Amino acid sequence: MAKLELINLNKTFTPRIVPVKDISLSVEDGEVLTLLGPSGCGKSTVLRMIAGLEEPTKGQILIGGRDVTYLKPGDRNIAMVFQSYALYPHMTVYDNLCAGLRLKKVPQDEIDRRITEVSHILGLDDLMQRKPGQLSGGQRQRVAVGRALVRRSDVFLLDEPLSNLDALLREHVRADLKQIFSAQNAPVVYVTHDQTEAMTLSTQVAVLNNGYVQQLDAPENIYNHPANQFVAGFVGSPQMNLLTLPCQGNHALLGDFKIPLPDLPTPPPSVVLGIRPDHIHLLEADESTDRPILKGKVFLVENLGMNNLVSIRIPNSQGKAIVLRALLPPATWANRELTFTLPPELTHWFNVQSGDALVRRS
Amino acid sequence: MSTTLNPDSLATPAKPRKLTVGTVLFWLAVVAIVVFCLAPILWQVLTSFKVNEDISAIPNVYFPTRFTLDHYIELFTRRPFMRYVFNSALVSVVSTVTCLLIGAPAAYALARLRPLGGRIIQAGILLITLFPGILLLQGLLEIVQAFHLGNRYLSLIIPYTAINLPLTILVMRSFYEQLPRDLEDAARVDGYNTLQMLTKIVMPLTLPALVTTGILTFIFAWNEFIFALTFITEERLKTIPVASAQIGGTSVFEIPYGPIAAATVVGTIPLVLLVLFFQRQIIQGLTAGAVKG
Repeated sequence: MAKLELINLNKTFTPRIVPVKDISLSVEDGEVLTLLGPSGCGKSTVLRMIAGLEEPTKGQILIGGRDVTYLKPGDRNIAMVFQSYALYPHMTVYDNLCAGLRLKKVPQDEIDRRITEVSHILGLDDLMQRKPGQLSGGQRQRVAVGRALVRRSDVFLLDEPLSNLDALLREHVRADLKQIFSAQNAPVVYVTHDQTEAMTLSTQVAVLNNGYVQQLDAPENIYNHPANQFVAGFVGSPQMNLLTLPCQGNHALLGDFKIPLPDLPTPPPSVVLGIRPDHIHLLEADESTDRPILKGKVFLVENLGMNNLVSIRIPNSQGKAIVLRALLPPATWANRELTFTLPPELTHWFNVQSGDALVRRS
Repeated sequence: MSTTLNPDSLATPAKPRKLTVGTVLFWLAVVAIVVFCLAPILWQVLTSFKVNEDISAIPNVYFPTRFTLDHYIELFTRRPFMRYVFNSALVSVVSTVTCLLIGAPAAYALARLRPLGGRIIQAGILLITLFPGILLLQGLLEIVQAFHLGNRYLSLIIPYTAINLPLTILVMRSFYEQLPRDLEDAARVDGYNTLQMLTKIVMPLTLPALVTTGILTFIFAWNEFIFALTFITEERLKTIPVASAQIGGTSVFEIPYGPIAAATVVGTIPLVLLVLFFQRQIIQGLTAGAVKG
């Protein structure tokens, strides 16, 4: 019904400052697309262009097949939740909710019906006559979401809506948002730099960096099959181990150990190996394996509560020792010699120059 | 240390209300400052109610026992004092409103649209405020004569507006810059056009600043003396400060202290009422919830 399409979007402030270089995306009804990326990657600019708050330098924005590229924000039938909530401080919650509807000349009984419905979902019934100054952070956030919901817009935009909440509240609201998204049918575009939000809320994640889409995929694919080194390093916490290793034939040399490369037409001179800390497999004393065995010594243990993040130094007779970080169950790991393997199906390989994955898995 | 924002706690620890040396000193200081500031006004007020013998009595009668309203009655019967009040009010209100109507949009443009050379414009505005007003008198007189503005309200309204514009623009600009941009974006997403956004969202939020700068302009215009004395010579166009200064006695040797005091009081009351009336508005505006607390 109201599919959102971005076609070759570009925003150039000055020839040197180009926050959005070339981005094409589409979001179907009922989909939640998250724009994920570090600060300054252009994700907020993309959102502001969809909202109409910035005009794109090049490219097109379509909502439900209608070209809205140069329409004013008010004429696009979109709703947006701002990071700072941006509630009108001089109006009551009720007036905040109905301001947009009154401007669109929605009849009063229809306004009341929608507000009752939304306030029921969000639990705003007791707050209607208060002003934003008399609300807590979480309540303001709910009003901001409510203001977007009553619009019944074609597209929903959210700009880091949870970043001003404390950690505990954030988890609650995240769960609430997920339910709200699934209950309505409009496409949702959600901007965040928090990968947990991206993973939990979205059906599609677009990882942005330097004004380009690095990977557009389902959240589990982003995590399991990163398309390039940037995505691999950005998504996942603790960060993936990324090691640039020399190659010998169809083996990569990790210190003094040989790791077999995947099948490639021509073996490269060097390669980037990626392995998540939680995927390093520790060998029991009596366990035998046909995979290459690595050995190393623990030199640093960081207690994360549920797990320990253990830094392992792997000897390298050719040069500096190599450091791997592994996520292991709590135990006294300090200064222990560990024997482990890298499961080949969980190991990622990237081109040293381009950073692209050597093997594309579907 | 207590961390409450209760103003009382500044002088005393909030809970045990004991009479400490600190409290005593604090209230002594308060009383001293109030007396210092209000004594001349109190003197004028008392003088305006004294009978003539008490005013000229030696030794001074500080607190009169006989009161009279004669000075006030004289003010309104023997002189067109209502006319002066009207003139002052007209000139002050018109120049205040004009000042805000020109200054507020200019400040908004400087803060939000970031025009080319905005910083230079701002520096220019600041420079004007550094100019001593008395130096303008000569030049302004020439202009008033050239444009035949003498003995017209405009000869006061225009300078009053112009002199207060820089302050209005500077204060309003810093206020607009504090206003979160997200609010205006939210208004645009909600479908407000620019004019609606300015009148329904931006203006209500900047009302405290508008009132504050408005009051300052009004007080300036109400009290201004030199321009009013120079540009207006016709009796029926005079403003209160000039009229009060020109109240004369029946002879050169008589100084009519009573009517002068009465004129001062009548001239001050509108200002006091104005500030008291708008004070609530200012405080309300300052304590209203911003975007995120």
